Amino acid sequence: MRAVCWWGKGDVRVLDVPDPEILNPHDAIVRVTLTAICGSDLHLFDGVVPTMLRGDILGHEFMGEIVEVGSEVKRLKVGDRVIVPFPIACGRCWFCQNKLWSLCDNTNPNAWMVEAITGYAGSGIYGYSHMYGGYAGGQAEYARVVFADTNAVKIPAGIPDEKVLFLTDILPTGYMAAENCDIRPGDTVAVWGCGPVGLFAIASARLLGAERILAIDRIPERLALAQEQWGAEPLNYEDVDDPFDDIKQRTGGRGPDKCIDAVGMEGHGHTADAIYDRVKQALRVQFDRAHSLRQALHACRKGGTVSIPGVYAGLIDKVPFGTAFAKGLTLKMGQTHVHNYTGPLLARIEKGEIDPSVIITHRVGLDDAPEMYEIFRDKEEDCIKVVMKP
Amino acid sequence: MDTNVAHAERWLSVIAGSALTAYGLKRRSAPGFLIGALGAALVWRGATGFCPVYGAAGFSTAEDDDGRPVSVPYGRGIQVEKTVTINASPESLYQFWRNFENLPRFMENLESVEVIDAKRSRWVADGPAGMDADWEAEIINEIPNELIGWRSVEGSRISNAGSVHFTPASGGRGTEVKVVLRYDPPGGKLGAVISRMFGEDPDWQVHEDLRRLKMLIETGEIATIQDQPSGRN
Ligand SMILES: NC(=O)c1ccc[n+]([C@@H]2O[C@H](COP(=O)([O-])OP(=O)(O)OC[C@H]3O[C@@H](n4cnc5c(N)ncnc54)[C@H](O)[C@@H]3O)[C@@H](O)[C@H]2O)c1
Ligand SMILES: [Zn+2]
Ligand SMILES: [Zn+2]
Repeated sequence: MRAVCWWGKGDVRVLDVPDPEILNPHDAIVRVTLTAICGSDLHLFDGVVPTMLRGDILGHEFMGEIVEVGSEVKRLKVGDRVIVPFPIACGRCWFCQNKLWSLCDNTNPNAWMVEAITGYAGSGIYGYSHMYGGYAGGQAEYARVVFADTNAVKIPAGIPDEKVLFLTDILPTGYMAAENCDIRPGDTVAVWGCGPVGLFAIASARLLGAERILAIDRIPERLALAQEQWGAEPLNYEDVDDPFDDIKQRTGGRGPDKCIDAVGMEGHGHTADAIYDRVKQALRVQFDRAHSLRQALHACRKGGTVSIPGVYAGLIDKVPFGTAFAKGLTLKMGQTHVHNYTGPLLARIEKGEIDPSVIITHRVGLDDAPEMYEIFRDKEEDCIKVVMKP
Repeated sequence: MDTNVAHAERWLSVIAGSALTAYGLKRRSAPGFLIGALGAALVWRGATGFCPVYGAAGFSTAEDDDGRPVSVPYGRGIQVEKTVTINASPESLYQFWRNFENLPRFMENLESVEVIDAKRSRWVADGPAGMDADWEAEIINEIPNELIGWRSVEGSRISNAGSVHFTPASGGRGTEVKVVLRYDPPGGKLGAVISRMFGEDPDWQVHEDLRRLKMLIETGEIATIQDQPSGRN
């Protein structure tokens, strides 16, 4: 089959590889009908996530049709149309049973790599480095789904792939970010980052009843989409001297009630100092990537909530923890427990309350992946979200 | 302490005995203390031992307050202690472990275990390039659903001992499974085999073996990516 493979920093190749096979009794094989490139994939592309090996198949946002099931798969059958949440959950451990799916104990064969950094490891993730299990991803013609009965969600016929694909990751991620804000009537929610995750956080804040939403980014077309689709108030941080002042003035001197950091930063490493080095390197060669977190903590009103869907990985320099303490902030964060949201969000999509496909700007085939990774990374051609049809 | 006492037999007794001691002290009851005392006696026997001399290196055995040996023979005996919480009852875990033939299903470097009778079993470890090593083990103490202690029989080429303890975890989270393994790495080829059995990093190896046990018990399979496609094949 054809598959998008990581070949090194800034180097993604589409190669002929063997078809996936059932390796464990709860596995299923999916013929991929649609897959996407995620902001998280850019961190792999940029080479900032360690434990990638040349040839690893990328992709954690994918859907398709079941073509084969293992002997212990009971609920799904060949021919079912499914979306596949990016965190791999076993469904049986204490964490899964407490709906903390992305913290599953049993799906990362390389959990020790993560434990070396964080003490305890979360779930495996498709196509996301060997420290997250080294699973082959879904930017391919076929993909193996682990614990298929738990990790493949049936989608009824009649609703197009493009409307449900993002149930795999970014729509639940934006939604959980907003839900973590515990939005009350009258709340103002500020969202840093208007990439796919930020946009869906904005859409979800709207669904959950936020009165005002501030959308913060520097990419005009992303700010424009946030405004047009979900009535957010755009704030281009490159147009102002200090976004903090601007945010404070726009909120009557109080600050936003809830802040969402959908920018994130990844700097995995095996040792604390390696992580620190990588962070410093990132700070030197790109914009200050922990900036949005610092700003959110600083700008949030007293007693407010800062929700962090953006990925942070290691030691981050100069995070104003004292500020968070002084203002009595609530912090919420983590990999999304996608499984909790697929049902409710599918219902909202079916009712027409949200159309996730509005963020798609590029529709291509798998063979275009190398070019698309660059276009998405560089935000050329007004690119917001790329979907690929194998 | 007498340094001219062989440590092999001794630490085997220590392992087996400390299982009982820990159990007894935890119970804080009369029968518990009896069992504890029995364990302590075994520990004592281990610490003072009448065992075959086996290279009498300096050996200091200290005990912390739950009777656990806290030191290992200088440069020789290797002890690993690891705990994992498994979402299953102590009874089911005890049953699974008590059938030693299940052990190779999650102990990576153990090739097979054949049960000979109620107490004895034959273990075969995976050696490098056809150098398998085998030994006979016997169960030396056991409390159903609570603990199992075993050791290689006297005269084995490879001396090792182990115990596993099953304790209900708080909040209905299943069972805390604590494993204590101890072995005396011999020199030469056998040493290579036994070292391989416990891995280059015994601590890590036991931890990973317990992770596989947890996966197997909780989900019925062990997570793997072996033989999946990539651009490398
Ligand atoms: N928690 C989860 O489970 C989860 C799931 C998916 C993605 N993510 C993470 O969410 C983050 C965003 O993902 P995405 O797909 O939207 O990526 P993206 O790269 O498309 O979007 C990031 C956006 O942030 C903007 N930005 C950069 N610096 C900023 C700053 N200082 N202030 C305001 N905006 C700034 C960029 O211009 C861009 O529009 C990534 O870190 C990704 O890894 C997390
Ligand atoms: Zn993603
Ligand atoms: Zn689980």
